[in-house]
Order: sequence, then C-alpha cells, then structure tokens
Amino acid sequence: MTTLDSGVDSLADVTSSEDRLRRFLLGLPGVDQVGAEARAATLSTRSIKTTAKQYALDLAIQMIDLTTLEGQDTPGKVRALCAKAKRPDPADPTAPQVAAVCVYPDLVATAKRELQGTGINVASVATAFPSGRSSLAIKIQDTKDAVASGADEVDMVIDRGAFLSGRYAMVFDEIAAIREAAGDAHLKVILETGELVTYDNVRRASWLAMLAGADFIKTSTGKVSPAATLPVTLVMLEAVRDYHEATGLHIGVKPAGGIRTAKDAIKYLVTVNETAGPDWLDPELFRFGASSLLNDLLMQRTKLATGHYPGPDYFTLD
Amino acid sequence: MSRFEYAPAPESRAIVDIKSSYGLFVNGQFVEATDGKPFKTVSPASEEVLAEVSEAGPADVDKAVRAARKAFDKVWGPMSGKDRAKYLFRIARLIQERARELAVLESLDNGKPIRESRDVDIPLVAAHFFYYAGWADKLEYAGVGDDPQPWGVAGQVIPWNFPMLMLAWKIAPALAAGNTVVLKPAETTPLTALAFAEICQQADLPPGVVNIVTGAGRTGQALVEHPDVDKVAFTGSTAVGRAIAKSVAGTHKAVTLELGGKAANIVFEDAPIDQTIEGIVNGIFFNQGHVCCAGSRLLVQESVYDEVLARLKRRMGTLRVGDPLDKNTDIGAINSAAQLAKIRELSQVGEDEGAERWSPECELPANGYWFPPTVFTGVSQAHRIAREEIFGPVLSVLTFRTPAEAVEKANNTPFGLSAGIWTEKGSRILWMANQLRAGVVWANTFNRFDPTSPFGGYKESGYGREGGRHGLEAYLAH
Repeated sequence: MTTLDSGVDSLADVTSSEDRLRRFLLGLPGVDQVGAEARAATLSTRSIKTTAKQYALDLAIQMIDLTTLEGQDTPGKVRALCAKAKRPDPADPTAPQVAAVCVYPDLVATAKRELQGTGINVASVATAFPSGRSSLAIKIQDTKDAVASGADEVDMVIDRGAFLSGRYAMVFDEIAAIREAAGDAHLKVILETGELVTYDNVRRASWLAMLAGADFIKTSTGKVSPAATLPVTLVMLEAVRDYHEATGLHIGVKPAGGIRTAKDAIKYLVTVNETAGPDWLDPELFRFGASSLLNDLLMQRTKLATGHYPGPDYFTLD
Repeated sequence: MSRFEYAPAPESRAIVDIKSSYGLFVNGQFVEATDGKPFKTVSPASEEVLAEVSEAGPADVDKAVRAARKAFDKVWGPMSGKDRAKYLFRIARLIQERARELAVLESLDNGKPIRESRDVDIPLVAAHFFYYAGWADKLEYAGVGDDPQPWGVAGQVIPWNFPMLMLAWKIAPALAAGNTVVLKPAETTPLTALAFAEICQQADLPPGVVNIVTGAGRTGQALVEHPDVDKVAFTGSTAVGRAIAKSVAGTHKAVTLELGGKAANIVFEDAPIDQTIEGIVNGIFFNQGHVCCAGSRLLVQESVYDEVLARLKRRMGTLRVGDPLDKNTDIGAINSAAQLAKIRELSQVGEDEGAERWSPECELPANGYWFPPTVFTGVSQAHRIAREEIFGPVLSVLTFRTPAEAVEKANNTPFGLSAGIWTEKGSRILWMANQLRAGVVWANTFNRFDPTSPFGGYKESGYGREGGRHGLEAYLAH
C-alpha cells in the first residue's frame, strides 16, 4: 500500500529502470484469494430485474466483441458474422449493434469491407496469438499487417513466459513496441490470466500493461482454460480504478472466453458498476469477448419484451 | 450513458403464513399462556404488527420445565444416540426444505437483509443440526471422558440478532448430547423459534424434548431461576449475563454465557487492501452491526491510515440500505426502537466527546427503525464509543504504529470475544493470534462461522464455548 502511494507520486519514475519497475510491481498490495472470490460471489447475488435488466441486456449487447478465432475461419464465415454484428436480431430492428468484430489479421480486410460505415469496429488479434511465442520483429509485423488491413483495435498477447520468469521489463518493452506499431488503433493487452494463475500476478500484469500503454486490459485468449472468471475480472477492475485514481486515465477491461449466458454477463456488469464505477458502464471501457453470449442476450431481451421465450431457431447461428 | 439503477427485487412474502396469534410450545403442543399478557411482534422495517405472541409467566415456565424433565427421564435420556441422531437429521432436512420460508420470516421479524438470512443464517442453522446430529452417537469420542452424560434439562435464553441461528447453536448440541430444552427467544424476534416448534412437530420429535416459551426478561428470569433446570445457556448482554451468573451461583446448575464484545479489527500496512476493505465492511455492517463479535474498533497502522479511510468511505458509498426483503439490500433495519435509541445515544456521545462522524449519503425509509452506516474517526481509547458495545452499524477508527501497540490497544477492553488481523505476513498472524485475548481470531477474514469451529469469549465476553466438539462439552457432565 505504501508502495502504491509513492508510486502514485512518481508513476513516470516507476518505468525508468528495470529495477524500479520490478520493485513497483512486487510492492503492489497483495490480493487475498479467499476474500477476492468471496467478494465476487457476493456481487453475483445481486438480483437484476425488469427495467434494470432491460438496461443491462442492451448494454451488454453493445459491449460485445463478436469473435471468431478458428483455423477454419473463411471470408464467408466472417461476412456472416459481420451481418450478425450489424443486425443481431433479424426479428427486432431495435436490438442494438455490437461494439466490434474480432478476427485473425488475414480476415481484417474482409470484415472491414463488410462493416464500412456501420460504426462497428474491426478488432484483430496479433503478436503470434494465442501463445505469443515468436520474435518481437514478427509480432511487430503481425500488428502492422493488421492495422494496414484496417483494424481499428489490436488485441495483443503478453509473453507469459517472460512474465512468469520475472522479466517484467521485457514484457513492458514488448507492449510498448506493439503500442507504437499499432499507431492509432486501440490496443487491448491480453494477460492470459489462466496461465498467470494467481491474483497477485493478475494485478501485477494489469499494472504492467497499463504502464506500458494499454488502452484495454483483457483477461484471456479464449484458448486456455480457465478463460475469464468473475474474480479475475474483479481484480482487473480494481486495477483500472486505482490507475485512474493515480493518473486520471481511464483504461478499459475486457473479459473474454467462457461468458455464455445473459445471467453471467449481468453479473459482470454489476461487478463493473460496484468496483470501477458507472464510468466503466460504456463500450469504450468495457467489452465482452464472446460469440454465443449474443444469442442468449437476444433471447432474454425478447423474453422481456414479449413475455415468452422464442426457440433458439429464431436466432441466427452467426 | 445512463446509470445502472437496480430495480426493486423483493423476495415474496407469500411463502410465509404468519398466524395472527401464537401460544407457547409446551410438551409438543401449542398452548395458551396461563399467567402472562400477550404482546406484539413488529416488523422493524415498517413497524407493521406481524403477530401477537403469548408471554409465559412463571407457571407456564414451570409447565415447560416439567415437560422437559419428563421427556428427559422417559424418552430422550434413555434413547440411544443413534436414534437421537435420526431426529436431528430429520430436523436439519426440514429446515433445508423450508429454508426460503424461514429466511423470509427471519428478515420480516428481525429486519436483516434477505441476502443474509438466505445465504448465511438459515444455511448455518441447517449445518449446525447436521453437524451435531453426527455427534449424537459418538459422544464417548468427544474427548470429555469415556462415558459422558447429559445434564438433564437445559434452560436457554437467546438474543434477537440471529434468532434462528442462536436457537440452532443452543438446541442442536443440547439435544445431541441427550438433554431436553426449554428455550426462550427474544421478545422482539419470536417468530422463527415458533416456526421451529412446528418443525419439531413435523419431525415427530417426542413431546417435551423441545419447549419454546416466549416473553421478555421476566420469562427469561423465571426459566433461568427454575430449580429443576440443570444447565443454563445464555447469549446476550454482559449486564444480563452478570445477573444470571449471580442467580445461579451456589446452585447445582452448569452455565455457559456468550456476552458482549468490542472487537478490534487490526489492519497492517501490508494488508491485502481490497479484501481488507471488504472485511472491515463485513466486520461492522454485517447484520446492521448487531453482532456480538462485530469488528467495531478498527485499528489501522498509521502509515496507511489515509488510504484505508479513503477506500473505506468509497466502499461505504455503495452500500444499499433499505427494505430487508429486497434481494439487493446490504443493510436492513435496526431491530427495535429501543436499540435504535441506544445507537443514537452512543453516536451522540461520540460526537460530544470530539470524534468526527461520517456517513455516506443515503436515503432512509420513512417508517421503521433505521440508522445509516457510520464511521467515527479521531477516536481514542478513552472515548466511550471505543469502549462500549454499540451493537449497531457504527465503526470507531483508531490508529497504531507497531504490532506491540496494536496488541496493547486491542486487548485494552473488558471484552474479549473476537479480533481480526489483516496482513500478508503469516508469521505476524501467528504472533498476533497468540497475543490477543479474544476467543476467536480471524486472519484476513471476519465474521466467518462454521458449526465445526468453537466460538466464545475471554473476560467479560463470557465463558464456555459453542460450536464444534467444544460446544458439546457444555452439554455433557464429566
């Protein structure tokens, strides 16, 4: 805590040398696992009904990064996904659009063409996603390719091997280099919390990414289990809240992977509301990396409006 | 972007069926009181009258004790532990089956939020019965001699803060050990005890094994002083506990007392800060602070005082005070007008003595008994709000510089029920736990209860232990 205080006064100093960065990260207050999980569990008991539910469902839809990241992706699949992003519910034009479509770099151009003029962003994973096991030069080129193809947002992965072996400066430098390569694109930094394992690591990696220039910190690639969990997201929300207090800057948070139901999404929004605060209830600062979640949100939305559940066949597969 | 306003999410009252009036539960049946006047129990959140309840006078208490004696001599005492266990398991299952109803009833009568009665109180009640059911046929392994025997008739008096949980803490070990009981619930919260009487009927518990006599201090006194009661168990204020200890002195009666507290919740500079804030909030605002082991004295290391206070205030701003039956309520109603008056009085004393009072902005309902979550800073050991039990959502904040000073201040109280330590340093937790004169010491958590864990006080917080193997000991002669 003391470190946090002194860090606040001299956040620029913190990154001036490897040794200082290391001391700062190791000096961050610890996270008690039992307590963090208990807090997340309590927040999960909030009961969101009627008008609050309506608000939450529509907000959650607008926060989705509709994602396909498979080896079998084709331009056709991406075009279909873009159509869904533009008009999620064919039966109800009042259903809002999603925030972005997230694809591999080689499909960015396809998505970009489909989404022209819609206000929906194209996000691209980059930096040898999902493992990040490649040279910095290749990661930079990967990023530049994505941006050159029109990506508005870049979702990079950190080098977990470097992080876990304590080479924080290397992780920092890499994020900073990608930040530069990404240019004006929004940079989301994937921590892959399922591989960092401890909440202490999640907090340190969150700060490391923010200090290095992340616009967003993101939990997971979706390729490692566990992907996003509520306690991990809680710890990351505490980090962006504290970073905002120290610097006045708003950094976004994106849980990704494993969030499949509207009920789960609402738990995340409650946690955002009561941890980082209402400022973060905005697609600019909170996103869900998801695909199947969208249909459940739409189904709940229809249920709320009409009083009955339509069958799953009334919603499109992608 | 508009705000995320949580719409009202009330738990339905339809699940409970409150009768307009209740008799006493004696010898397996509800009977009219013979020598007391009926009294009303109200919902503290609205002041609405919930039901009329009978006051048991000395003659009624005598009947209940006779019924308990007879059941002890003829049925429950001679019964094998294995068979007693069957009844206790059955009661535990019935409590689980009726959990929702009991939670709503508890919140209505007591004022506590449904989130707590649903997620904490009632699950723990069932857990206590399950736990002690398991002991009933294993008493010779409880570590209190190879042939432990029940005392006989237990007279039990419980408080209003956890009406049904305190009932479980008292009745489950008593019955498992082979005693029969006469229990008096608090006068402001009798309804779940009366529902429990119905559960005893449903479970076919032999008549007289459990008797419930409702009433106030006079009824409690008649019970505790009844000559045929063998064992007295009381949870409540230190003043009443002292009177009970005097009244049973020189008699054959065994006694356990669980009394007041003024627990220190100690925060070191290396504490896991976010969870510590949750622990402080849970320590003092859980159950409106109507908790004998509440962390009502916050001791913060001076080096992190500003940061802890700022974060605590920010967190207090998100607490939701209001309708106990709303599933999103964090803090419910104060249990009674009398308790509210006491909290107001002591808070006024805090201001008068120069401490600084702060509460987040919060709108309190117009009817009922309400007090906002409150924190006092600039409190010193000499202030009354640092010494007396307020038993409300009021936190007194003090500071310390070294671990030794923290221990000194924490122990500088006539009470000794509980304490909390917040630090990432394991060796310090162990050292502190050894130094603190408190029955329960929580490390990096607070207000955690489990049927397997003993609970009880040092000094004026009482004597004897409840819960766990130790809790059995109180109901066995050895």
